[in-house]
Amino acid sequence: MAIKSHVQTTINGETVEFLCESRQSLLEVLRDELHLTGAKEGCNNGNCGACSVILDGRLVNSCLVLGVETEGKSVETIEGLAAPDKLHPIQDAFLENAALQCGICTPGFIMSTKALLDSNPNPTEHEIRYWLAGNLCRCTGYDKIVRAVQDAAKASA
Amino acid sequence: MSEKKEYKVIGTRPIRHDGVDKVTGRALYGADFQIAGLLHGRVLRSPHAHARIVSIDTSRAEAYPGVKGIVTAQDLPDPADKVADLGEGAVNLKYLCDNILARDKVLYKGHAVAAVAATSPHIAEEACTLIDVAYEVLPPVLEVRQAMEPDAPLLHENLKTTSLGETADEPSNVASHLQYKKGAPEKGFAEADVVIEREFVTGTVHQGYIEPHNATALYNPDGHLTIWCSTQGAFTVREQVAEILQYPISKIKVVPMEIGGGFGGKISVYIKPVAALLAMKTGKPVKVLMNRTDVFEGTGPTPASYIRVKMGATKAGKVTAAEAYLAFEAGAYPGSPVGPGAMCIFAPYNIENVLIDGYDVVVNKPKTAPYRAPGATNAAFGSETILDELAERLEIDPLEIRLMNGAKEGDRRADGPIYPRIGYIETVEAAKQHPHYAAPNGKKHHGRGVASGFWFNIGLESSVTINVNVDGTINLVEGSTDIGGTRASIAMQAAEVLGIPAESVNPSVVDTNSVGYTAVTGGSRTTYATGYAAYEAAQDVKRQMIARAAKLWEVDEANVQFADGEFSCINGKEEQISFRDLCARLGETGGPVVGSGTVNPGGAGGAFATHVVDVEVDEETGKVEILRYTATQDAGKAIHPSYVEGQIQGGVVQGIGWALNEEYIYDAEGTMTNASFLDYRMPTCLDLPMIDTVIVEVPNPGHPYGVRGVGEVPIIPPPAAIANAIYDAVGIRMTELPMSPERLLKAIGTI
Ligand code: FES
Ligand code: FES
Repeated sequence: MAIKSHVQTTINGETVEFLCESRQSLLEVLRDELHLTGAKEGCNNGNCGACSVILDGRLVNSCLVLGVETEGKSVETIEGLAAPDKLHPIQDAFLENAALQCGICTPGFIMSTKALLDSNPNPTEHEIRYWLAGNLCRCTGYDKIVRAVQDAAKASA
Repeated sequence: MSEKKEYKVIGTRPIRHDGVDKVTGRALYGADFQIAGLLHGRVLRSPHAHARIVSIDTSRAEAYPGVKGIVTAQDLPDPADKVADLGEGAVNLKYLCDNILARDKVLYKGHAVAAVAATSPHIAEEACTLIDVAYEVLPPVLEVRQAMEPDAPLLHENLKTTSLGETADEPSNVASHLQYKKGAPEKGFAEADVVIEREFVTGTVHQGYIEPHNATALYNPDGHLTIWCSTQGAFTVREQVAEILQYPISKIKVVPMEIGGGFGGKISVYIKPVAALLAMKTGKPVKVLMNRTDVFEGTGPTPASYIRVKMGATKAGKVTAAEAYLAFEAGAYPGSPVGPGAMCIFAPYNIENVLIDGYDVVVNKPKTAPYRAPGATNAAFGSETILDELAERLEIDPLEIRLMNGAKEGDRRADGPIYPRIGYIETVEAAKQHPHYAAPNGKKHHGRGVASGFWFNIGLESSVTINVNVDGTINLVEGSTDIGGTRASIAMQAAEVLGIPAESVNPSVVDTNSVGYTAVTGGSRTTYATGYAAYEAAQDVKRQMIARAAKLWEVDEANVQFADGEFSCINGKEEQISFRDLCARLGETGGPVVGSGTVNPGGAGGAFATHVVDVEVDEETGKVEILRYTATQDAGKAIHPSYVEGQIQGGVVQGIGWALNEEYIYDAEGTMTNASFLDYRMPTCLDLPMIDTVIVEVPNPGHPYGVRGVGEVPIIPPPAAIANAIYDAVGIRMTELPMSPERLLKAIGTI
């Protein structure tokens, strides 16, 4: 019996097919099978948000989703955000606000922010902090991240 | 204050050079590295905190399909052979090796015992469960004061206390005792009108970087070993791996990948030598990744400590004497940062009579590693709380008592050095003048606290090479891992010298074969020392370019001057050429220009910080809410102010986590019961307000632009400042970290 399953899914708008073991998480598939290493592993158990991606419009920790579960679904990752010659406004806002130091948490924060602004284009500071509480950053103290999100909201308004 | 210099690039806020890579997910961190034919390694770790290894049988694991190689301590050169040759150094080498793969004893839960390389990480993990290790379990010792008891279980049969240069006869868990003394403490206390003494206890905390440790190693049949990894210092990885494997440095190349945080925790090596051994054994590239539990249980946290502080002052507020007793948990092997803790504890103050004793004590916990101003936060929790209490008893404003006793240029620290120009007083003044300090703070259960901190900062070796491009830009090659925006802060210093925009510099962090020796990104040294090397390299370029202009104009070099990005002839000829235009003419004037700078500067210049915090204490739940936070700090000169603010904010928040929530919680057998990000509770953005920063600039005379390191000192004041604020709110002195809801409720008497 084959160990790997065939999965067809949409990633950043492109149809993608891959083989994976049923125990492999979406994070593992993205990173090790598809070489989309923008999503990071910080904990592998849903507590840091470094692996955040958007699955059918909903923010998820990709370490808590199985690769096989994405059959027929649509995944948005950090790699799909920028246009060839232009960053997404959230990415610009993170850069202009110096909202990253080491940057390992940044893809997760940006995807989380995208999901927030998609559903609530004009969040208050408290709403931003509440929404982003699932993403850990150990470097910045969050101040500049929150400001970046506020700026990104303004820029998209 | 001294005259302000005008800069074009320094002090501005350009977008960091590696920014786009990092917001698009393209930046490659250690775990992102891929190479054809890759095997995956996994480390088997001890389930016991203290046990003798009786036997290790790997045969079942070796037979498991997909397994390609297994290593244990037997595959490491035996450091015991070196004892006769190397003396003291050999002892350390043995500790270093034993921490990589345990040889005779495991000394903490999570201690590495063996490692497997297999065709997938899952297979490697499964194979680990098939390695049979027989242990003789021993009683663990998990707390510093217990470990110091004469009848405590011994971790190392050969460890004998070194006390002030003398070595004891009997083995002990106390590795060393150090002492600093200044003046006559007894006399100082006799002169005091008020003397306060208290005991303090702080828990084990972890650096908590979001990226786990990683390493990929490749071994070629010609003996060349390459290691791709995230590290705070590629050269120190090379040194440590060479020492542990007894392998020539010239055959090891370390490629630093992007690093996802370190804070001192990614200086020591753990899995890098293991990946190398597996690569040597299998002949294939092997990637070893830690998971989060491995990181908590198997890498250096920073020590728990027991501290006693006594300070005395006159009615007028003059501190006449101070004494401290510091006992730090080193973890499984000697080497806690009790030394720096002892040097920093009273460093912000000019106190005539001081006595400080420090003890480095081994316990059955992971070997501790540096964490942002190692040792100083533990120590300041004691001294800054006592000073607050003195101020209160004497009815003096807590910032005022700091101003009255604050250290200045020419004052001598208890451990010896005399201060050059420092900016401590300026940080206190800045805090005092900040609107935060004047804001009303009278609500029930609301409190305000202040505290200060000192950190030395370090210099050490750095090398930078600059290659000049024909279009007027430069490629800057450096060896300092960029953890928080130092590509920008280093590039900006070179840009300033050459009169070009920051964007005209392409900085690269390269491997150990491609740049001169560069020490770790640590000790708040990178912007200072590697920035200094960049300054020197740019000066070298400038000198060579002046020679080229002179050649072009057929004049003497002394007649060429360079200012604001323009070369001009100052004697006779009316010639002028921009840096950019001259770059286009390098070919015709002698070929490419390459500048280099190497430094080992001694004048790192200490950093001081003073923080003000407002809290609200919930007497029912024990929760402490941070309402407002202001941090002032002397940065010497802020090269890129946004990243200086970021360092301050990040340090403050780590300090807040240390103060309120973070600690390793152990059961009686020595198992950490909260080894996940769910249970080891680091601050989230919902726990915090914005963190206000005030950058004070008292230029460091030891750097051409006045830079002082900024990264470490901001973590020091928060625990004491918050404890002082809690006292202001509810009248209880908290003396144990973290000041968790449970401890607070007990102290208040709610439970
Ligand atoms: S790696 Fe998925 S939440 Fe941490
Ligand atoms: S920037 Fe390092 S963890 Fe967020």
